[in-house]
Amino acid sequence: MNDIFRIPSVSWRCLRVWQRDRDAYMKFYKLSLLGNLGDPILYLVAMGYGLGRFLNQIEGMTYLEFIAPGLVISSSMFAASFECTYGSFLRMIYLKTYDAIIATPLSIEDVVSGDILWGTTKGMISGTIMFAVVGAFGLIDSVWAAGIPLLIVLVSFLFASLSMAATSFVKTFEAFNYYITLFLTPMFFFSGVFFPLNRLPDWVSVVSKFLPLTYAVEISRALIYGQPSWIVPVGLALLLGPALFFYCVSINLMKRRVIQ
Amino acid sequence: MVPIILAKGLTKRFGDLIAVDGIDFTIHEREYFGFLGPNGAGKTSTIRMLYGHSPMTDGQLKVLGLDIRTTARRIKEQIGVVSQENNLDTDLSVLENLLVYARYFNMPKREARRRADELMAFMQLEAKEKSRVEQLSGGMKRRLVLARALINRPKILLLDEPTTGLDPQARHLIWQRLRSLKSGGTALVLTTHYMDEAAQLCDRVAVMDAGRIIATGSPQELVRERVGAEVLELRIAPALDAQVLRSIADLDIETERYGDTLYLYLPEGHTLAKTLTDRLIGINHSEMIHRQATLEDLFLRLTGRELVEH
Ligand SMILES: Nc1ncnc2c1ncn2[C@@H]1O[C@H](COP(=O)(O)OP(=O)(O)OP(=O)(O)O)[C@@H](O)[C@H]1O
Ligand SMILES: [Mg+2]
Repeated sequence: MNDIFRIPSVSWRCLRVWQRDRDAYMKFYKLSLLGNLGDPILYLVAMGYGLGRFLNQIEGMTYLEFIAPGLVISSSMFAASFECTYGSFLRMIYLKTYDAIIATPLSIEDVVSGDILWGTTKGMISGTIMFAVVGAFGLIDSVWAAGIPLLIVLVSFLFASLSMAATSFVKTFEAFNYYITLFLTPMFFFSGVFFPLNRLPDWVSVVSKFLPLTYAVEISRALIYGQPSWIVPVGLALLLGPALFFYCVSINLMKRRVIQ
Repeated sequence: MVPIILAKGLTKRFGDLIAVDGIDFTIHEREYFGFLGPNGAGKTSTIRMLYGHSPMTDGQLKVLGLDIRTTARRIKEQIGVVSQENNLDTDLSVLENLLVYARYFNMPKREARRRADELMAFMQLEAKEKSRVEQLSGGMKRRLVLARALINRPKILLLDEPTTGLDPQARHLIWQRLRSLKSGGTALVLTTHYMDEAAQLCDRVAVMDAGRIIATGSPQELVRERVGAEVLELRIAPALDAQVLRSIADLDIETERYGDTLYLYLPEGHTLAKTLTDRLIGINHSEMIHRQATLEDLFLRLTGRELVEH
């Protein structure tokens, strides 16, 4: 059990795995971008413009303004998560890519770490493009928004790591439904992306306090609309801690799974 | 002879199951060494311990003079692995598979490209340079795995069933290429079910069964010692066995009944075979085959002709 919680020894060679993932991605990136960005852009337009017409202002913003920051952040969450669930699982179990790589000077720790870094990168790509889209809608009106990329990195890293930890337990593709339908999707809806949490029943806002996405969404709104408060440093810490924790744990869990 | 792999009491357990049961072996520089054994004998488990994929449960193991538990990276820099299942990178083309693999070994780009071209030519894959892995035939995939394993000019090449499932042409091509590596000084450790493969490639073999090594030696010596020089296969009704055994009782011949056949193992010498055929001529048989003893006979004698699943 102690094995799971120790700090794994990862070498710089994990970058080789990141490079491998990048090279594979560059061959099909258009398709992949469509998958990662289709949804959030659709939400932004359909909900923001469509539904927004029927709604009053929320916390002094139009509905489009209200949901835009959260959609930037959640696009990172989903892109990073899909990469480190389906993507990593495919490479580990079906393609045996992990087996092939650990016959070279790379260790399993390097391989898993490289995959997490790549998942983080995918999250950053999605988040950055969504950020640009939101900018193109003319929704950014503060220099504090310059902090958004940092937030995107952190969220991507957190969900890449968390997803990798989930993957270490999964035996079949279908089992990811537990993680995605029972964890990611509810988090997407109950972390304040689409509606203010203080208007929801008490138990929802209590639950939402335990969802990492809640803090990320609040920080993103504070930065994009230039209202930084104590939530920014505290929230960032609340994201970084679990991110580092799950990074270590997921590597150890995957090692236990692959090395037999 | 300098040993490059030294195993003493090497053991692998999966829970209660003992996959490798304290085996000892030594493999020397430039040697081609084969592990033979039926399904589940522990061949793959043994190979995997050699490159640290699977941690050993017990025993001692030195590869290139180093301990795999503490210096895995340095060992892995100097070996090439062809695993039992093809694990090519299906997202990449043939050439990219080689280049990306070279990068894991930290090989500079130029050199990697040169080495990849060399290996594609060596394995007759040049025409497929840009093909995706799924477009390759089984034989080509296997050749690509082999080319990939050679990218770092390994001192030791580990091959887990290199030609299983391939057609005869594909197998012969791979055998030729493997033999031609010998002049370069590469040592080779392979596992196989195919006796002809072991006979074609190996200087020495170890026969494994149920996690143990039950015989080691050069294929020819082992066959001569444990089987004999020649084999006579008699397809006769089991009821006639007693009669045959009585008629050859004075000769020093071992026999074995399996299925529809009575096997007679003859030590050196054709004179014996002559005597034997003269005596057996009167016995009602549907077929009599007289042939050289092979590694297959050794294998079946040692591990049993019956199919036993472990
Ligand atoms: N990861 C594992 N977990 C549990 N048992 C295993 C594992 N890998 C192998 N075994 C068991 O160990 C034994 C030896 O397996 P191994 O794969 O080494 O045999 P093998 O000689 O390579 O067989 P084959 O010729 O079929 O490839 C078998 O009983 C197998 O079921
Ligand atoms: Mg095997």
